[in-house]
Parts: sequence; structure tokens; C-alpha cells
Amino acid sequence: MSLLEVKDLQVRVEEREILHGLSLNVNPGEVHAIMGPNGSGKSTLSHVIAGKPGYEVTGGQILFRGEDLLEMDPNERAAKGVFLAFQYPVEIPGVTTWNFLHAALNAQRKARGEDEISSPAFLKKVREVAKSLNIPQDMLKRGVNVGFSGGEKKRNEILQMALFEPAVCILDEMDSGLDIDALRIAADGVNALRSPERAMVVITHYQRLLNYIVPDVVHVMSKGRVVKSGGKELALELEESGYAQFEDAA
Amino acid sequence: MPAVQETVERVRRIDVDQYRYGFETQIESDKAPKGLSEDTVRFISAKKNEPPWMLEWRLEAYRRWLTMTEPTWARVDYPKIDYQDIYYYAAPKPKKTLSSIDEIDPEILKTYEKLGIPLREVAILEGVEPPPGGPPSANRKIAVDAVFDSVSVATTFQKELKAAGVIFMPISEAIREHPELVQKYLGTVVPTSDNYFATLNSAVFSDGSFVYVPPGVRCPMELSTYFRINERNTGQFERTLIIADKGSYVSYLEGCTAPQRDENQLHAAVVELVTLDDAEIKYSTVQNWYPGNSEGKGGIYNFVTKRGDCRGKNSKISWTQVETGSAITWKYPSCILRGDNSSGEFYSIAISNGFQQVDSGTKMIHLGKNTSSRIISKGIAAGKSQNTYRGLVSAHRKATGARNYTACDSLLIGDKCGAHTVPYVEAKNSSATFEHEATTSKISEDVLFYCIQRGLSQEEAVGLVVNGFVKDVLQQLPMEFAVEAQKLISISLEGSVG
Ligand SMILES: Nc1ncnc2c1ncn2[C@@H]1O[C@H](COP(=O)(O)OP(=O)(O)OP(=O)(O)O)[C@@H](O)[C@H]1O
Ligand SMILES: [Mg+2]
Repeated sequence: MSLLEVKDLQVRVEEREILHGLSLNVNPGEVHAIMGPNGSGKSTLSHVIAGKPGYEVTGGQILFRGEDLLEMDPNERAAKGVFLAFQYPVEIPGVTTWNFLHAALNAQRKARGEDEISSPAFLKKVREVAKSLNIPQDMLKRGVNVGFSGGEKKRNEILQMALFEPAVCILDEMDSGLDIDALRIAADGVNALRSPERAMVVITHYQRLLNYIVPDVVHVMSKGRVVKSGGKELALELEESGYAQFEDAA
Repeated sequence: MPAVQETVERVRRIDVDQYRYGFETQIESDKAPKGLSEDTVRFISAKKNEPPWMLEWRLEAYRRWLTMTEPTWARVDYPKIDYQDIYYYAAPKPKKTLSSIDEIDPEILKTYEKLGIPLREVAILEGVEPPPGGPPSANRKIAVDAVFDSVSVATTFQKELKAAGVIFMPISEAIREHPELVQKYLGTVVPTSDNYFATLNSAVFSDGSFVYVPPGVRCPMELSTYFRINERNTGQFERTLIIADKGSYVSYLEGCTAPQRDENQLHAAVVELVTLDDAEIKYSTVQNWYPGNSEGKGGIYNFVTKRGDCRGKNSKISWTQVETGSAITWKYPSCILRGDNSSGEFYSIAISNGFQQVDSGTKMIHLGKNTSSRIISKGIAAGKSQNTYRGLVSAHRKATGARNYTACDSLLIGDKCGAHTVPYVEAKNSSATFEHEATTSKISEDVLFYCIQRGLSQEEAVGLVVNGFVKDVLQQLPMEFAVEAQKLISISLEGSVG
């Protein structure tokens, strides 16, 4: 069974259709890359999978391990293992990153019927993960993303992904705003999480990221549809010739 | 439905029905006849075995009150209060005269246990987990005075406090046992003629706490009073007087709850604080009176006058309040900065939901030289509530070098509520520096979704964001109280999800 199956998805925002019948099939262990011009609907897709309010699904289906994902509350999806690394992570003043992560992890565990994780155990775990991503300890004491640089925000997203150990990770432009070193560290973090059970959907504009996180499948999105899918060489081809050739196809 | 919308819907349905402290204790009580007259005042005074001077003081206030009219300047709206339809005194009927806590009516002990307030003389070992880097949870002691309707039913840790020279007792007892102190200070901060509700209180106040900390003494434990209204149609008029003599320090906590009832109940308290040279009082309140139900029925009318007088040089008074309850809150804990170099602080979290109306703030009156004050106010409005910050900062002609910093932040949840900021500033000398900052924001859809994507429920997300918003103030509370307040904040915004 596929892990994540998007079937003929049609989505509207404020009366305007953004996704016009999009399909995507992701199996456990696979890494899929989605590339496509600005405004083609990549973030919209990721938001609808995660359950962000404000989008109207007018047709199609999203199945997660065969279950209807669209029927679930977004926090239920999170507890089941759907993780979205946001293109634009928000700031939450006054809430320390540490507290936020602890509360979120425990909420997920509770929803799954697992025991809550104690503060010391959590602290140990989060420190280890932070270290592996080269995230300084004092960042954990600061308000969530408050005053973080663009790159720090992105690293904080990867930190959360590593901590929650989700089944499907959707990474929306995790490479934007990262310098070369930070990109390598973040990509290493993502690669470390690759496993036969876990799948990743990596949204990016740049082939460079895919040198670090090598995808199994590359999709090209244009105007709310997947217009072409192929192997990792498709990304190279795009880098050469741009999106123009696919725009006509859409 | 967008997340915020959904939250708003839930909040609307409402949480105020979830009031956890709304139970009633079945107990016989001793009441004054309904209504207010000179006889009522005499009845109360007699019940308390008061000396004649106290009765005179009350009667004078009563006569003054008859000439006054209820103030209307606050942004609160409520039907006319019938002052003759209220009981001004109710006391749980004692089985016999009490000589120790073990003799308190077990029903009352049970009530306080349900409220989570230990009246027995045990050290409080809170199993609170400290945040990383935070202070360790020490096994701290808290002395408690519990006021049930009109009388004080228990004061713990009397002996230990006595050894330190600290007087902590019901004010009714202090009037009899320390008349010289009471006479010297009572009504000197909030005069009997101060305002309609304070004058009413002066006439009919029933009980409350009295604290005197002698020169140079650092009070060995936190002092706290829990107020509980139980009787129907009963007003609660407590009176608290705290004096920190030269070079002394005391931290005082106040908590309040009431049963859930359809009718509105009146609470008109007066709190007076006095600090002499180099002394400091830290006064914290968690106010959680019954706010009324989801249709706006019932709830406490909370008309409170709290004022501190930094009488001595280098003295300091700090008010911290977490206001989540009451149908109407009318409350302005203030500081008179009389002594040179004295300082006043006001840290406030005021949450309104359902049909609650809050008009609260502070007054910082700079009279002495080089006095400073700091105001941090966080107002959170949800449901159909109205939340007003009203503050006055003034510097007298002689208050050279006066400094004030004010920051008022309001957070709106939904679009049926309102937040208002009404700051008054008067500087009568040119050397005063007053700074004022104010913000109003709405809880953002994107922030909520971010939290929810990480697994938090809608309510947890709102609670978290709000707790972040009020963090600067929460940090001012003693730790046990901060944890309690944090829970209360989440509960008061949570909605019906268990
Ligand atoms: N809330 C909204 N209201 C109106 N239009 C929206 C909204 N959200 C997205 N859109 C529109 O939907 C289209 C797709 O946007 P989306 O953010 O999904 O694109 P994207 O592929 O992620 O682009 P980028 O590469 O720039 O991140 C755009 O035209 C955008 O303006
Ligand atoms: Mg995007």
C-alpha cells in the first residue's frame, strides 16, 4: 500500500481553483521532489495535506496508509505522522522553543495513547538532536523562531522533524535562505532520517538541494497539476532548460 | 472552518460553563437580616465584638455613603444594584468556639481541599517540575488565612510567624488585639470617603487579613488569603491591611472563588498597603470569581479598591494580578509614591471571555523625588467580552526625576470582543520622564495552524500562544502561583473540550 496517495485533488481558495486534479503516489522509503514555478500550487498542496483551514477541497482524495486524511483534524494528522516543514515558519513570542517542542511531542504521544515523555528525558533527547543539527542550546531557550535568522528558522523545522519522527515529511523550500554550510547540515539531518518506513516530499526550486538529498522521483508541477514525473535526472534537465517546455503541457 | 473561527465558536459556547469552582457547600450559616441600614452596621460590629471606635468609624462611613452616588465612568454596563436586596453578613454557624484548626467544620475543610488550598499546618510540597534553567522548586511554606463568606475560618502557621514577630491574623481579631496598629493605619491609604464602593466597604466590611511586619524582618514565608463566597445573595466586603515597617519585606498572595449561581453577587473589597522606609510589599492576586454563564447570567460584580502607600523613602510596592473571573471587574491597584526614591510596579493579566466586562488598570501617583514606576498590562479579550485598561500616571510638582514606563498589550480572540486602552498622563514638572507603549493584536491564524500541525489541539494552541503573550507578567508571580495561573489562563479560554 502506498503511504501517501493524492488522487485527482481539486482545491479552491476563495472561489478560485488552485489545484486542478493533482495526483501523487508516495511509497514508504521513497523521496519525492516537487519542482515548479512560483505560484504553481506547491505550498497549497502541502497545506492541504497538513490540513490548513481556508482551503476548500472540491474533488479528489488524500489517503494516508489507506485512511481518508481529509476527514482528520490537522493535529490528528500530525499525531499519525504527517509533518510539514513550513516555507515560512511563524514566530511565537513568549513560548520557549523547548516548551513548545515538549508540549507538541506530548500532545502527539497522548493522541497515540503513549505515555508522556518526562522533562529530563525530553531534554536529553532534544539536546542530542540539536547537537547533530549544529543548533546551539540557547536557541532552544528562546521564543519559538523569535529573532531567528532565516536559516535558523529552517533548521528549527528540521529539528522538529527529527524529534517527532514522522512517517511522511513534507519539506516546503527547506533550502531557501540557507547558506551552503547550513544547507549541507540540514540535508544531512534529513538524510539521517531516511528509512525504509519513512517517506519525504521535498519541494524546491533548486537542483542543488537534490545533490544532497537524492530523490527517487522528481515531479514537475505547473498551474496546479503534475505535468511530468521522472527520475532524478529530470531535475538536471529542468536546471538546463527551465519550466517553459512544461507550461505548454499544463 | 478557519482555525480562529472555530476557536471563537468554541469559546463562545463556552468555558464559563466549565467553571471548576462552582460547587456550593451545605452548611448552616448565621446571617444579618437582608438590607443595609445603621442597624446592619451595628449588627456586624456587634457580631465582631468590636470596640466603640470601630463602630463609630463604620457609622461615619455609612452616613457618608448615603450621600454618594454610584460611579458611572467605567466602561462597564450592568443593571442597577439593589443594595437592600443583599445580605451584608453571613458566617458559617460554628458548632462551638474554635481553638484550633482541627475544630473547623469538616465541610469547610473539605471545601478548601476541593479548591486545592491546604489549611492544615503542613509544608506545601508542590510536585512542580521546574523549567530548565528555572529555579528549583523549593519546599516552601505558605501561611494561609481563609475567609469563608464574611468570616475568617483559619489562619495557619500562627506560631512560626509569631516567633518572627510577624502579625498575620483576621482583621476582626486585629481590631481587638492590636487596636493601636489598626487605628494608626486603617483608612489612611483608602480613606472612608474615597469612593462609593470603598465607603460601602468601610461601613460593612466583615473580615479580611491583617499583616504587620516589624522593622528589619523579612517575613519567613509567603502569606496568603483565600476568599470564598458561599452564601446566596450575600455580598463579600473584605478588608485587608498590610503594613511593612522599616526595612521589612513581605510577599502576600490572594486567591478567590465563588459558587456558580444565577444571580449576581457583589464583592466590594478594600486593600490598603503601607510601606515605611526601605520596606517592600509584593502583593499577588489570582482572581477567579464566578464569571457568569455562557448567556451572561450570574457572576460576581467585583468592585475593588486596592491601593498602596510607599510612605517611606526607598520603599517599594509591587502589584501582580491575574484576573480571569467575575462578570464585572472594576479594579485599579495603585501606588502612591510618597517617599523619595520609592518605586511602584503593576503587572497585570486580565482575561475576559463570554460576556465578562473588565475595566482595570492602575494609578501611579508620583509625589516624592526620584520615584519610579513600571506598568506592564496584558489584556486578552475573547467571546463577547469587553476589556479596558485604564491607567493614570501623574507626577506632582515636587516629584522631580519621576520616571514611568508603561506597556499595554491587548490580544483579541475573535471579532465580537473589544479591547480598549485609556491612559491618562499628568506631569506637573518638566523633569518627569514617562514612556508609554501600547499594542493591540489578533491571535493569528498562521500561528495557530503552526501549533496544530505540530500536534497541539486548537485549545492547547490558543492556551500556549496566550501564555506566551502574558509571560512577562507570569514571571512576576511566585512559582506555585504562576503554575496555577497558567492553568487557569488555559482553562478560562479552553472551551468545552476536556
Ligand atoms: N489564501 C490565498 N488566497 C488567495 N490566493 C491564494 C491563497 N493561497 C494561495 N493562493 C494562490 O494560489 C496560487 C498557488 O500558491 P502557492 O503558494 O501554492 O504556490 P507555490 O507553488 O508554493 O509558489 P512558490 O514557489 O512561490 O512558493 C498562487 O497563485 C497564490 O496566489
Ligand atoms: Mg510555496
